[in-house]
Amino acid sequence: MSLASLISPHLPVLTVLLPAFTAMLLVLIGDSRERLVLARRIALASVSLGLLLALKLALDAHGGELRVYRVGDWPAPFGIVLVVDRLSALMLVLTQAVALPVLLYASGGWDSHGRHFHALIQFQLMGLCGAFVTGDLFNLFVFFEVLLIASYVLLVHGQGKERFRVGVQYVAINLAASALFLIGVSLIYAVTGTLNMADLAQRVPRVTGDEALVLQAAALILLVVFGVKAAMLPLYLWLPATYAAASAPVAALFALMTKVGVYSIVRVHGVIFGADGGASALVAEPWLLPLALGTSALAVFGALAAQTLPRLVAYLTIASVGTILASLGLFSTAAWSAALYYMAHSTLVIAALFLLVELVASQRGDADSRLEAGAPVAQPVLLGLMLLLAAASAAGLPPLPGFIGKLMVLQASSGHEAQVWIWIVVLSVGFLTLVGLARAGSLLFWSTRPELAGTGTAAGASSKLVLATIALLVGGVAMTVLADPLKRYTDAAAAQLTDHRAYALGVLGGEGIDTTLPYVFPRPAAGVPAGQGTEGGP
Amino acid sequence: MNVSMEFLVASGIGWVTACGVFLMLRGRSFPVVLGLTLIGYAVNVFIFAMGRLWTGAPPIIGNGEVIADPLPQALVLTAIVIGFATTGFVIELALRSHHESGTDHVDGKEPGA
Repeated sequence: MSLASLISPHLPVLTVLLPAFTAMLLVLIGDSRERLVLARRIALASVSLGLLLALKLALDAHGGELRVYRVGDWPAPFGIVLVVDRLSALMLVLTQAVALPVLLYASGGWDSHGRHFHALIQFQLMGLCGAFVTGDLFNLFVFFEVLLIASYVLLVHGQGKERFRVGVQYVAINLAASALFLIGVSLIYAVTGTLNMADLAQRVPRVTGDEALVLQAAALILLVVFGVKAAMLPLYLWLPATYAAASAPVAALFALMTKVGVYSIVRVHGVIFGADGGASALVAEPWLLPLALGTSALAVFGALAAQTLPRLVAYLTIASVGTILASLGLFSTAAWSAALYYMAHSTLVIAALFLLVELVASQRGDADSRLEAGAPVAQPVLLGLMLLLAAASAAGLPPLPGFIGKLMVLQASSGHEAQVWIWIVVLSVGFLTLVGLARAGSLLFWSTRPELAGTGTAAGASSKLVLATIALLVGGVAMTVLADPLKRYTDAAAAQLTDHRAYALGVLGGEGIDTTLPYVFPRPAAGVPAGQGTEGGP
Repeated sequence: MNVSMEFLVASGIGWVTACGVFLMLRGRSFPVVLGLTLIGYAVNVFIFAMGRLWTGAPPIIGNGEVIADPLPQALVLTAIVIGFATTGFVIELALRSHHESGTDHVDGKEPGA
C-alpha cells in the first residue's frame, strides 16, 4: 500500500491534527532568541503544507466528492464526524491562504514581541480548521472555544495597557456568547435528540407543534451567538476597539474569525433551519436581512468617523460582513454563491489592509496610525499604490473582485421584495467606503507635514513585510482572473448545501436517513418521577 | 410531586442566571468574572436538565427498564472543563489588566477620572 493511499482517507482529520501537532512541537521548541528562526521555519512549513492539503481537499470537493471522516470509526450520528464538502474546503483554503502571508509578516519581527506567538497561531488555525470541517454542533462549540482561547492570548500579544483593557472585555463578551451557545445547543438536543448536522437536517422538519417553538427559540439563540462572532448589528460593538488594539498580524488573522460566525450561520440557519425546515423553516429570515443591511450602513459611518487607521479597517471588516450576511439573508443559491465569493475576497483584502496600515503607520513618525497630517512616508509610491489597490478592491470598483462580488449580490437580489434596500445599501456602502479610504489616503500621502520629514523610519519597510502584504493583495486580485472557475465552484457549493439528501446519505449512510425520530428509549414505568418523558424525549 | 422537581430545577437555573447577569453588568472586573462563573454553572445544570430529569435510571443499557440519556452528561463534562479553563484565564487576564492600568474597572479607568 503506497503512502498516498494510506494518508488519503485521513485528510479531513489531518487539517486539524497538523496545526495541533505543530503547535505542540513549537511549544516544546520554545521561542528563545536563537530558536526563533527554527520556530518560524517550522510554522511556515506547516502552514504551507496545510495550504496544499486544503487545496487538495478543495479539488476533490470540486469534483463533487463528499468526504466523511468518522473519528474512531464510530457510526454517525453517534460518533463524531468530520465532513468536507465544497463549502468546508473553500473555508479551509481561505484560512490557510490568509494564514501563510500573515505568518510571513509576523516573522518580520512581531513574533518576537511576546511569547509563543507561533504556537498560538497554530492553535488558532486548529480551531478554525476544526470549526470548518466538523459535522456536529457540539464539536463546533468545542472548536469555537479552541480558536477563542488562542485568540484571547493572541489579542494581548505585544502587551500594553490598551490591549489588556479590551482583552478583558473581549473575553467577557465571548464567554457570555459561549454560555448562550451551550443553551441553544442543548435546547436543540432536548427536542431532536441529536446534534449531528446531517441528522438534524433530517429531523428538524419533522418537529411540529410546541416543540417546534422551542426549536425556533434555540435557533434564534444560536443566531445571537453567531451574530456576536460575525459582528452583526447590534452585536458588533466589541469589534472595532478589539481589532484596532491587536497587533497587525493578529488583526489580519482575526479577519477570519468573523467568517467563522458567517459560516456557522450558513450551516445552521441556512441549511438546518433552511427552506426545508418544516415548521421551523427560515426562522432567521425576518431578522438576517434587515440586521445585515443595518450592520453595513452603520459600520461604514463608523469607518468615516474613525480617528485611527486600524479602527477604519476594523469598521470596514464589519461593513463587509454586513454585505455577506445580507446576501445570505436572501436564502437563494445564487445569493449564497455571491456571498461565498464576496466573503473569500473581502477576507483577503481586509487582512491585507490591516497589514498595510501598519506598514504605513510605522513610517509616519509621531503621527503613527492617527488620521492626521504627519511626517511623509519613506515609500510613498509603493505604499500609496498598494493602498489604492486595496481601497479600490474593498470599495468594489471594476474590474477588481470586490466589484464582481457586489455585482453578484445585486444580481441575486433581483426580484426580492427588499431589492431596493439591498441596492441602496450595497452601493452607498461601496461609495462611502471609497470616500473613507480616499480621505485616509490623502491624509497619509498628500496632506503631510514636510518639516517632519526624517522623524519617521527612513529605511522603509523590510521586503518581508511588503512581500507578505502584496501576497494578500495579489490573492485578492487573482480572484478576478479566476472569477469564472471560482464562481462555478461557489455555485456548486451553494447548490450542494441545499441537497440535504446527498449530505445525509454521505454522512449517515443508507440506513441512517430513516432513523426513527427521536430515538425512542423505553418510557419510564409509572411511579418513577420522569420529567417530560411523555413527549418521547431521548 | 412530579411537577415540583422540574419547577425547582428550572427556577434554580433561572435565579442563578439572573444573579449572573446582574453581576456581569457591574463595572468592576471581579463581579464580572463572578457573574460569568455563575452563568457557567447555570448553563451546566441547564444542559444536564435537557436530558430530562430521571431518577433511578442508569445511563447504561442493561437490564433495567428505564435508561437515562447519557449524552447530556458527556456534554456537560466538556462544558465544565472548558468553562473552568476559560474562568482561570479571565481571572489572570483581569489581574494583569489591573496591574497595567492601576484600576479594576472594566473601562481601564475610574469612573469620572
